[in-house]
Amino acid sequence: MFDPRPIKLTVNGKTIEATVEPRVHLADFLRKQLALTGTHLGCEHGVCGACTVLVNGATARACLMLAVQADGCAVETIESVASADGTLHPIQAALSRHHGLQCGYCTPGVVMTLLELQRESAGSALPEDKIRTALSGNLCRCTGYQGMVDAALEILG
Amino acid sequence: MKAPPFHYHAPDDLASAVALLATLENARVLAGGQSLMPMMNLRLAGPDHLIDLGRIADLRRIEETPQGLRIGAMTTQRALEKSDLVRRLCPLLAEAVALVGHQQTRNRGTLGGSLCHLDPGAELPVVAAALDAVLHVAGPAGARRIAFRDFPLDYLTPSLAPGEVLTHVDIARAPANSGAAFLEFNRRPADFAIVSAAATLTLGVDGRITQAAIALGGVSHAPVRLAQAEAGLIGARASVSAWESAAHLAAQSPCDGDELYPADYRQELSGVLVRRALAIACQRAGGAAHV
Repeated sequence: MFDPRPIKLTVNGKTIEATVEPRVHLADFLRKQLALTGTHLGCEHGVCGACTVLVNGATARACLMLAVQADGCAVETIESVASADGTLHPIQAALSRHHGLQCGYCTPGVVMTLLELQRESAGSALPEDKIRTALSGNLCRCTGYQGMVDAALEILG
Repeated sequence: MKAPPFHYHAPDDLASAVALLATLENARVLAGGQSLMPMMNLRLAGPDHLIDLGRIADLRRIEETPQGLRIGAMTTQRALEKSDLVRRLCPLLAEAVALVGHQQTRNRGTLGGSLCHLDPGAELPVVAAALDAVLHVAGPAGARRIAFRDFPLDYLTPSLAPGEVLTHVDIARAPANSGAAFLEFNRRPADFAIVSAAATLTLGVDGRITQAAIALGGVSHAPVRLAQAEAGLIGARASVSAWESAAHLAAQSPCDGDELYPADYRQELSGVLVRRALAIACQRAGGAAHV
């Protein structure tokens, strides 16, 4: 390990203490050191949004944030979204109902983006253009987005 | 790809950051990481030391001053987007910042990072150019101020001496009876602009234009101010022909091109965006809607 650093953070509510190499980004830390492989890596340079997680409640590209930068932060990943008994979150259930996913690779990032929108909207209805703008930060090469937009509108619209 | 190995430093105060930056070989400042991290992951940048400014709380603030706004360099684009102060005192910045990347990148991307990175397609440097922003930097030799027009030296190259860090930015408040507009053209929303245009106008009591600023992005390595077009607007009545004259000059302004978007295409866009931006700015200044 090159210049190992101790970090302490919470991931999905659980306190984690670990030693990381500075060059390791948050997505690799989550996937490789914590075995939370629900966060996917697509482009690894901040374009595709597959690795989107919540850091202190705000979406972030986990490939553009170093694990050392997450020291002291609260990180939430897709693993925290469904209930412990496996019941899907309403956003996940809506995506499923509306065929808002096919291969599923981009889905964890999409869910985290919609989760941020849902929390920010605090119950007020969101217009479709705002939902589309938010989803434009998550590349999907399967669905053509309509299913995702329909699902998001059902929950957030 | 993954970033190459580097040493990481996260100082708690500005003096330590400056000292680290001035003494370490091949060190770079890490702001929000939304441009530097991709460059490192793609191995286009390989600093031996990263100085992360994220722990310096003093660099994250938006304050009203007698002159206008003072914004800490590490203020996130998302914080600017949400700020009532920014909307009230500097509507041009509020409009432009919403066009920077995606919400997922604005949550971490910073004003200072964007200004120092100086991507030719970036929005915030164009705002800084249009509003004559004043940049404050700290360095081993002390603090100094730089007018934004003197800040870009070359492609992706700010006028920062070794060891210097951008700390905050001053932007004058929008005057009464003024309006501003920021427009950009790109193939997909949230992309870098192929061309962007920022315009501000102030109208006098007689309806004549008393102040005008026009800046273009995407046409050169740094934002370009259209001094001749601005001068032509001063004293003129707000009218379609005034916008068209300015647009004509914008379309003739020297322009860089590339294989994807040649210079003449960008010049065409410059003219169209300037014409539209002036008309919108005029309307927002309280001018007649039909112009």
